[in-house]
Amino acid sequence: MNDMSAACLKTIRFELDADGIALITIDVPGRPMNVLTPDLEADLAAAISCIAAGASIKGVVITSGKANGFIAGADLKDLVTAYGRDTAQQAYARSEKLSSLYRRLESCGKPVAAAINGLALGGGLELCLACHFRVLSDDPRAVLGLPEVKVGLLPGAGGTQRLPRLIGIANALPLMLGGEPVAPQQALKLGMVHALAPPAQLLDSARQWILGGPKPEQPWDVKGFRVPGGAGCLAPHATESFQAGTSRLARSTQRNYPAPLAIASAVFEGTLVPIDVGLRIESKYFAKLLIDPVARNLMRTMFINKNAADKLVRRPPGVARSAVRKLGVLGAGMMGAGIAHVAALAGIEVVLLDATQEQADKGKARSADLLARELQKGRTTQDRIDTALGRIVCTTDYGQLTGCDLVVEAVFENRDVKHAVTQKAAAVLGPHALFASNTSTLPITGLAASFPREEQFIGVHFFSPVERMPLVEVIRGAKTSDATLARTLDFVAQLRKTPIVVNDSPGFFTSRVFGTFVDEGMAMLAEGVEPALIENAARMAGMPVGPLAICDEVTIELQLKVHQQALADGLPERFQRLTAIEVVKKMVELGRIGRRGGAGFYEYPAGGGKRLWAGLGEVFPVRPLQPDAEQLKRRFLFIQALESARCVEENVIADPMDADLGSILGIGFPSWTGGTLSLIETVGVDAFFSDCRRLARHHGARFLPSPALIQRGKANVLYYQEAA
Amino acid sequence: MTQALIYDHVRTPRGKGRADGKLHEITPIQLATQALDAVRGRSSLDTALVDDVILGCVMPVGEQGCNIARVAALNADYAVTVPGQQLNRFCASGLEAVNLAAALVDAKQAQAVVAGGVESMSRVPIASDGGACYTDPAVNWKTWYIPQGIGADLIATQDGYGREDVDAFAVESQRRAAWSWAQGCFDRSIVPVKDVLGQVVLARDEHLRPGTGLADLAKLKPAFAEAGDRNGYDAVALYRYPRVESIQHVHTGGNSSGIVDGAAAVLVGNKAFGRRAGLKPRARIRGFASIGSEPAIMLTGPVPCTEKLLKRTRMSIEDIDLFEVNEAFAAVVMRFMRHFDIPHDRVNVNGGAIALGHPLGATGAMILGTVLDELERRDLGTALITLCAAAGMATATIIERI
Repeated sequence: MNDMSAACLKTIRFELDADGIALITIDVPGRPMNVLTPDLEADLAAAISCIAAGASIKGVVITSGKANGFIAGADLKDLVTAYGRDTAQQAYARSEKLSSLYRRLESCGKPVAAAINGLALGGGLELCLACHFRVLSDDPRAVLGLPEVKVGLLPGAGGTQRLPRLIGIANALPLMLGGEPVAPQQALKLGMVHALAPPAQLLDSARQWILGGPKPEQPWDVKGFRVPGGAGCLAPHATESFQAGTSRLARSTQRNYPAPLAIASAVFEGTLVPIDVGLRIESKYFAKLLIDPVARNLMRTMFINKNAADKLVRRPPGVARSAVRKLGVLGAGMMGAGIAHVAALAGIEVVLLDATQEQADKGKARSADLLARELQKGRTTQDRIDTALGRIVCTTDYGQLTGCDLVVEAVFENRDVKHAVTQKAAAVLGPHALFASNTSTLPITGLAASFPREEQFIGVHFFSPVERMPLVEVIRGAKTSDATLARTLDFVAQLRKTPIVVNDSPGFFTSRVFGTFVDEGMAMLAEGVEPALIENAARMAGMPVGPLAICDEVTIELQLKVHQQALADGLPERFQRLTAIEVVKKMVELGRIGRRGGAGFYEYPAGGGKRLWAGLGEVFPVRPLQPDAEQLKRRFLFIQALESARCVEENVIADPMDADLGSILGIGFPSWTGGTLSLIETVGVDAFFSDCRRLARHHGARFLPSPALIQRGKANVLYYQEAA
Repeated sequence: MTQALIYDHVRTPRGKGRADGKLHEITPIQLATQALDAVRGRSSLDTALVDDVILGCVMPVGEQGCNIARVAALNADYAVTVPGQQLNRFCASGLEAVNLAAALVDAKQAQAVVAGGVESMSRVPIASDGGACYTDPAVNWKTWYIPQGIGADLIATQDGYGREDVDAFAVESQRRAAWSWAQGCFDRSIVPVKDVLGQVVLARDEHLRPGTGLADLAKLKPAFAEAGDRNGYDAVALYRYPRVESIQHVHTGGNSSGIVDGAAAVLVGNKAFGRRAGLKPRARIRGFASIGSEPAIMLTGPVPCTEKLLKRTRMSIEDIDLFEVNEAFAAVVMRFMRHFDIPHDRVNVNGGAIALGHPLGATGAMILGTVLDELERRDLGTALITLCAAAGMATATIIERI
């Protein structure tokens, strides 16, 4: 090749054939998938200069050297560092750099074809869009997408400008706002690629196109170009895309996530002007997002930390990898049946045991129902269903548990019942077997005493419905061994769920934190806040369901039981759920125990639909002056974050990622915050604890941070800094 | 008190704002021209005395674009010295045009102005002009945009007006409009619209449905329920008004203002103008005001605007004999009446836009004329006219007979 030494290229191979066609093969070393690293950007820049200058080069084909894909997108571990460090101008410069590189590619004067031999996402697809011709492998795994919105960013290397110019705003916006990839056939239909080809013929197809002598010009650089379907206020689709579209974004984001709006704005503003101006607009919106905490929070918690948790970063080292081949599940209720279901789908033999055969069978029937629904939706096959159901054996006989690697009990939250089943199971289990309790409230260390080998006893707290909820809270009792923890985490990974690891404490982490949310809502009611305002403010904060509604779902009666159990166990006051106990007692006394009882904070008319009980105002008189929803949002978020901070202080939480992931995946804490501890960092550690003290003055001592937490605030100690 | 006097006013009948409406074949410039022509003709006005023509027009694009006021003055053969300007205060434009005329006269910067408005909604439909407030995502977001109908439903929800309440209001609007036509209340101001052959194509309001009853209205589907759900508007409304549990969709095509075509013109001048033109003033413009209100709910401006104006004119609500509160939606007027505790029999006594229609740019001038005629018919003194406007605004004017 001309003036470029192949030796100085680290991430691409550059070959020039006899026809004058340059083949650029992207192969980032040390990465299972190509991602846009600084090295790759530098190499592409060098290659583009060379192509533009090389008189002998007739055209270019870009492909990937990885068998599993083209380019998977940006390097999030790099992008996540921008927040708090980069200025808006620096963030803009970063975005503009890659964007102008792609712009140079499409205006280099030589025809450029992308031979897309696998998935191309984010910056990867954006590179393809800056090519003049795109041929995509017809392999169904070769999907195309712009998923940046999911990490709080926008498709910043021309994605918001080229895709609408290529396929129209009405088609492009949903792809960028939803972030979901499209399969090859759909990509062809939408016009995202020019052709599909079998993998083996991709390069040939690209070469043929170049040999045809195409004009090296993008449609948007042709004079008189118009965005397909029109752009701006008066486009026929404007009402749908930008008016209704924006309202829908407000609904789905509760106005807490800035990225979707920035995407809509970049598209709206950028498609009315020449592409160079549009790219500039896009980079500015990208910069705004990159330095916003929400992008950092989403990248750090939902991708980097979630991936780490999925790869069992919290697994104690030095324990051999294990797999559960045979699982026992005690109790075939909602939770037990759910656990059996996901385990069977993961290929594990399951013994589902209950007190009566009928109850055990009912648990399996639930699994059959779920799978039948999947079949209806075309998501599974009868074969797969038969295999999975064949793995579940229903019984009342403890003897069947013989040979289990792990037994999970999911019986009533009653110590005596749990003690009895644990002992019966222990009697037939081998010395190697682990025993786990799916309790959500009873301390693990105490329950472990029922099992002869306490170091092999652990808590695995699943969430309902098990088949949909991604989290498992793994609870270490005082005597749980490293090996037990490691093997339990292996089991969670087998189920393809995300584990967090917490230490034993009343309510562990998730239930304890969630209790503060529910109690805060009921405390507001007692203060005279309008019920609708309470519910709306919680949803505006990003909680999926209002506290009164969720209380009705799990029953108000349950809140009373938790309180009474705490008293019976002699737990300290802070674990007694006292914040709203008067509200709980009053409702139970009125016979309004929740949805199960037909009446709670809501009324449930026979014809369906529910509405807040009209009589609430009489029981809890409404104050004439109502607070701002913003104040209530803050209370909902802060009380949960503060409780998480206490969990760190008490060593219930050892790693901040466990609190962040647990709060988002387990109890619906909003992801824009990055989780309960990231929220504190987002607000500012000092500002947070100072604000808590202010809230304590107005709303009660539950908001009072401990001296240690106040000290943490003053010293501005970040949770993640500490963890690192 | 201003020195601006009302000498005359005219309006066209309001044609259904659809392809089968009688005025659909008439261009908006023709509607405006015929209104200006009538003002001149009725008073044998020497148009050289007119200092300006100000017309409200809410969709000033296409054939309503390019300053329709100046072009209508030219087209109506006004003296070439008469300039023109189009203004846009959304639904209050026609009234704002009169207020601006009054301001010019009162400031002694004009002796006479023809003010009014025009809107051919059948030919230049709503939303023809685009606009950042609806479709620029950042602006839509910032102002919590929700469509007016959802705003009206939100008002009804907040105030507890049920479907029957708003429908009953609409039935009364229809009854009054029909009665007013039968009594000849509108005869004095109506200018039949003619075609190019000089034939009358419409001489009476076309939109009203005399005899409409509660049972008829009950059959109509709520107009904004589906969009509120599908497009996320209800959710945005709740985020903006979180004290509301859920939006009750009560407004329908039957209890909201009608989409119509029409134009109106009002001759405003000072005393000296009247002497010079040989005209007797019919009323004085006592004061006027416009106001901004919360833009998401959009339609709550008439109350604060009226309060602002009463304060400015040092009057109280009891000083007003008759009210015209534009019937954009039933709940808008109902909230106004409830707030000031005024009985329906002093408000929109000739029916309102629910029955007669709401030609956006013209309505303000039309209802000002209607209430002036009614003051004279009943031999009463004072009236207040107010309209809510998009993006959270309202305009109000108080007139008194001389």
